[in-house]
Amino acid sequence: MSETAEHTDHHIDVKQFHPRAQAAIQNPKIRKNFRSAMDGLMSKRKAAFEGWDLETLRDLGANIRMRALANLPDLLEQLEKKLTENGVKVHWAVDGDEACRIVRDICKARDAKTVIKGKSMVSEEMELNHYLQEQDIEALESDLGEYIVQLADETPSHIIMPAIHKNTGEISQLLHDKTGTDLSNDVEYLTASARLQLREKFMNADVGVSGVNFAVAETGTLCLVENEGNGRMTTTVPPCHIAVTGIEKVVPTMEDLTGLLALLTRSATGQHITTYFNMISGPRKAEELDGPEEVHLVLVDNGRSSIYQDDELLDTLRCIRCGACMNHCPVYTRVGGHAYGTTYPGPIGKILMPHLIGLDEGRHLPTASSLCGACGEVCPVKIPIPDLLVRLRQESVDGDKLHPAKVRGHGAKRSTMEAMIWKGWAWMHASPGFYRFGTGAASKLRALQPASAGAWTDYRTAPKLAAKTLHQRMKERGQ
Amino acid sequence: MSSRETILQRLRNRTGGELTVPECDFSVLQRPDWSTAERVDRFERMIESVHGEVHRCTDDNWMNRLAEILATRGARNLLVAKTHEISQSLRNAGRNDLPELLIYDEPVHSWKGHLFNEVDASITSTRGGIAETGSLILWPTVDEPRLMSLVPPVHIAILKASELYTTFHEAMKAQNWSAGMPTNALLISGPSKTADIEQTLAYGVHGPKELIVLVIE
Repeated sequence: MSETAEHTDHHIDVKQFHPRAQAAIQNPKIRKNFRSAMDGLMSKRKAAFEGWDLETLRDLGANIRMRALANLPDLLEQLEKKLTENGVKVHWAVDGDEACRIVRDICKARDAKTVIKGKSMVSEEMELNHYLQEQDIEALESDLGEYIVQLADETPSHIIMPAIHKNTGEISQLLHDKTGTDLSNDVEYLTASARLQLREKFMNADVGVSGVNFAVAETGTLCLVENEGNGRMTTTVPPCHIAVTGIEKVVPTMEDLTGLLALLTRSATGQHITTYFNMISGPRKAEELDGPEEVHLVLVDNGRSSIYQDDELLDTLRCIRCGACMNHCPVYTRVGGHAYGTTYPGPIGKILMPHLIGLDEGRHLPTASSLCGACGEVCPVKIPIPDLLVRLRQESVDGDKLHPAKVRGHGAKRSTMEAMIWKGWAWMHASPGFYRFGTGAASKLRALQPASAGAWTDYRTAPKLAAKTLHQRMKERGQ
Repeated sequence: MSSRETILQRLRNRTGGELTVPECDFSVLQRPDWSTAERVDRFERMIESVHGEVHRCTDDNWMNRLAEILATRGARNLLVAKTHEISQSLRNAGRNDLPELLIYDEPVHSWKGHLFNEVDASITSTRGGIAETGSLILWPTVDEPRLMSLVPPVHIAILKASELYTTFHEAMKAQNWSAGMPTNALLISGPSKTADIEQTLAYGVHGPKELIVLVIE
C-alpha cells in the first residue's frame, strides 16, 4: 500500500537539512553557480511574459489544473480507455516500488539488457536507475544534465536543470575522468562528445523510459516537453517505450495543452516554447517504418492519492513542474538543490516531499523558508505555496486544534515544553490582570534581559523590552 | 484488490468536500488577427532567434534554394519521403546540382546504422506552422516517418505561408485535434539544443544541429 514509506532518497538522511545547508552556504562555488543561474532564469522568465496578461493567464493555468483534479478518477479511466484503444498498455502502481517492478517486468519479458532514459522526475522519485542496476539492467540517462549527474553518481539539484550546481570546468573534468574526452572549457566540444557517446546508446537500447509532462484524456495522448531531442530519441528509436508519470498529470482536453504549455516553458526557462513538443498517442502501426512497437504507461500514485483527500493540500497536485518557485526562492538560491536531500528541492519540494516521505522524515522542509511569498507569486498555476508551508508547519507540531493534522508523520516536531509555553501565553493574554502584571514585571526587570538569544541574535540585534508597557503609556496620556 | 482499484477508490472516496469545476476561459491566448505577411515576419523572427533559418521561396524557386543550401553544407545526400509530392518533384527534376536522394522506404531496423551515421540532411513537409512561437507542426506518417526530422544533422522543412496560424490554440482548433491524434505529432521550434552546461547554449545535442525552413509564399 502507498502508506508505507519504502522509498526514501538514496543514502540521504533528509533530516540532516541543517548541516547540509550550512555547508552549502559556506561553499562559494555552489553559491556562485546557483546565484548566476537563478538570476539568469528570473530575468528570462520576466522577459518571456512581457506583453502578456500574466494574471489572467495564471488564472487559466490554475483553472485548467483544478478542473482536471476535480474529475481526476474519471479522467484517469478515460485516459486508460483511450490509450488502450490506441494500443498503449496502461499499468497502475500504488508506490515507487511497484512502479519499479512493473518496469522491470516489461524489460524482462523483452529480455532487455539496456534502457535509455529521457528526463523523468517520477523515475527519480522511484529511484528507478538503482533498481534496474540491481536487476542487471543498464539504465543510462540521455538528457545531458541527467547524464552528467549520473556520471558523477549524484542526484539532480534542480528539476529542470539537473547539473546546474556544476560549472563547465567541473563537468569537463568529470567527462574526462569517466569517458575519456579531452579537458576543455568549450561547451560545444563537450556537448558534441556527449552526442557521440549517446547516439550509440540510442541505436542499441532495448527499451526507452521517459516521463510525461501532460497526459490528455480525450485523445489518449502523452506529451513531452524538451529541447535536446533525447526525449524524442528515447520514445522513438528503441522497440519499446515505457512512460512513467504521476496520476495527477492528466488533463481532459487537447485545448488544455495550449494554456499549460504557454505557462510551462516561459515559467521554466523563459522560452516561448521548447524546441520539441512531442505528442505520443500510440505505438508504431503495422505499416509505419519507425517508432516503438510497444508503448506502456505506468501511472504512479506514490502518496498523491493521500494529498488528494484534503481540500487545501490538494492544491499541491496542480504543479506542472516548471521549477519557477525554486528559481525565485531566496533559500534555494543560497543553499542549492542538494541541501534538501529530497527528489524535489525548493519550495515545491517543501510542500510535496513531506507527503511522499512523511512529515516526520521531512520535518525540517516546511521551515526552510522565510515565507517571503515569491514562490506563490510566480507559480504558473497559482499554488498557494506559502499557505501550504504554514499548514505543514502546523501539522508538524499538531498546532491547530480546530483542524486535526492529516499528513503522515504529523506532530513529529511537537515538544511538550513549547506546547506548554503557548498554553501559558494564551492563558496570560486571556487574563487582563495577569497580563498587566506580567508585562509590567517584565519591563521592570528589563535590565536582566540576556544580550543574546541563541541563533536568533547571531545575525540580529536582540530586541529590547520597553521601559514602560503600552498600557502604562496610554494611562500617562490620559486615555 | 488491484492497484488500479485501490487508487481509483481512494480518489473516489476522498474525505474533502465537493470539488467545484471551474470554467476555463482561453481568450487570454488570443492574438490580434495578423495578416499572412505579419505571420511570416513573426515566424521568421522567432525561428531566427533560436538559431534556425528561414528562406522565403516560391513554388518555382524553392528547389534552387534547396540546392544552394545543401551545396554550402557539402551534403552528400538528402533523405526524402517515398511518395510525398516534395519527394516526387525532387526526383523528377533531373537536376545535377542536388546530392544523392535517399528514400525512406524500409523499416528503420534494416538501416539504422546508415541512417544514424551516413545521412547528412532530410527534407519533410509540415502540417502548417505557428507564428507566435515560431513552430512547425509535423504529423509523421508512413510516408514521412518520425526519425526523418530527428536523426539527420540538418532538417529542412517546407512550410506553406498560407498554412501559418497565429497561435497554437488557433492551429489546434482549425485542425480539430481533439477528434483524434496520430501515433506521433510534433511541434518543432528550432534545432536541438541544450543549456545544461552552465547555462551556455549549444546546438545539435541529440537532434538536428540545423533547422532550415523554406517558406513557400
